[in-house]
Amino acid sequence: MPEFVPIAVERLVKIYKTVPAVDGISFTLTPGSITGLLGGNGAGKTTTIAMIMGLTTPTSGRVTVLGAEMPRQRYRVLQRMNFESPYVEVPMRLTARQNLTVFGKLYGVENLRERIARLGHELDLADLLDRPTGKLSAGQKTRVSLAKALVNNPDVLLLDEPTASLDPDTADWVRGHLENYRRDRHATVLLASHNMNEVERLCERVIIMKRGYIEDDDTPAKLLARYGRRTLEEVFLDVARGNGSDLREAAQ
Amino acid sequence: MSRQREAALAFSPRRVSAMMLRYWYLLRSSWPRLLDLVYWPTVQMVTWGFLQFYIANNAGFFARAGGTFIGAVLLWDILFRGQLGFSISFLEEMWSRNIGNIMMSPLRPFEFITALMVMSIVRLSIGAVPVTLLAIAFFGFNLYGLGFALVAFFFNLMLTSWAIGIFVSGLILRNGMGAENFAWSITFLFMPLTCVYYPVATLPAWLQPVAWLLPPTYVFEGMRALIIDKVFRPDLMIEALALNAVLFAAGVFAFLKLLESARRHGSLMQTGE
Repeated sequence: MPEFVPIAVERLVKIYKTVPAVDGISFTLTPGSITGLLGGNGAGKTTTIAMIMGLTTPTSGRVTVLGAEMPRQRYRVLQRMNFESPYVEVPMRLTARQNLTVFGKLYGVENLRERIARLGHELDLADLLDRPTGKLSAGQKTRVSLAKALVNNPDVLLLDEPTASLDPDTADWVRGHLENYRRDRHATVLLASHNMNEVERLCERVIIMKRGYIEDDDTPAKLLARYGRRTLEEVFLDVARGNGSDLREAAQ
Repeated sequence: MSRQREAALAFSPRRVSAMMLRYWYLLRSSWPRLLDLVYWPTVQMVTWGFLQFYIANNAGFFARAGGTFIGAVLLWDILFRGQLGFSISFLEEMWSRNIGNIMMSPLRPFEFITALMVMSIVRLSIGAVPVTLLAIAFFGFNLYGLGFALVAFFFNLMLTSWAIGIFVSGLILRNGMGAENFAWSITFLFMPLTCVYYPVATLPAWLQPVAWLLPPTYVFEGMRALIIDKVFRPDLMIEALALNAVLFAAGVFAFLKLLESARRHGSLMQTGE
């Protein structure tokens, strides 16, 4: 099977009525990479992810995932992708095992029982699998959502704030799991996050969005050097407060 | 046919059964949900049954027309509960904010619709079978005694209920939970015009052609012909079937268009009001 570019976004635009949510962005992800998508509220991260997933149709421009144009050709690749987002939940009345069974069947996962048992073990959910998802703590629910996102061993994984409601210990543990998953599966991960430590630790590339366009796009180390800052959080604040271009020029 | 069109139309019984399993788990998880399927149809049937009992003892015509009210109540319930069974299974995805997961999975729209149709029959059966047995016990009215006619009535009413359910689901996908009320009330728009409890001739002459545009009208007229005149009218069933085919196709077409519009407007990620 030829190796397609995991995600390619070309001059992507999304306008809601007259408001541009995404304004002509372009980027390409390399196979097996983890890329961070940063930006304040309303920067267009979630809309971008929704267009990559095929849930929202672009106003203009093009998105391809593993060579398939989204959303037109989505059924060619949906089996090989998955996502987790705070805007979408797994059903709370079903147990974690029931949820994973339903989604595993939808994605055509083979040896589903073993896959669920393995996910339960890897995500420390083994003792919780038969409890209703709604009765789990916020952190446990996030892990169930992550298990759902991994149930089909996706080649392309889209994560929107995956550790938002987790305590530092569990969040760190989940990041470790994502790193291992990416390495073992050679999966491509696009991660939208407000947690700068997370992005610094996981991502080899960071795309910073602001008001629908890409303000900057580079490795964390190069971004720090370019802005003359010590942490990505400082870079993020510079961009968010509109000091980005001045600082870039000063540092250069 | 293009490859993407073929992929979009590919039908997988495995994915349909996955969705049915999801709804079955949900039904099993909550006894109030199961009880809800039974109690209201029972209340309605008992109320109308006693009313008919009273009228039959005081009017000659109704003595001959025994069973029309209970029959009408039970058939109306097939239409109403069929649509509600479809819509509630769909609404469960909206209530649980799971619709994004469903729409981003490999599940095709036709598979989703099929799973919802099958579940509407399952939900209807759980609610209707005990009520029909109670109708025999309380009022001596045996719906199953209608034989083949019942199959024709049932099939036509279910087709109408699915067409309405599919259309309403599209409305909710496009407009969010602000459109939820349609799921609960839209079938009642049909009630006066489909002449559930009275013949079409009761309507003003100018309104009668409108009533004949609705497939359930043929079913309720057919039921009265069967119970009062002891005549099964296959012509009415065939006309209802033809209208249902049009209504069902229109429902699916509207659903697909509304889904397309929901993708354009970004409604699938924001499923609130």
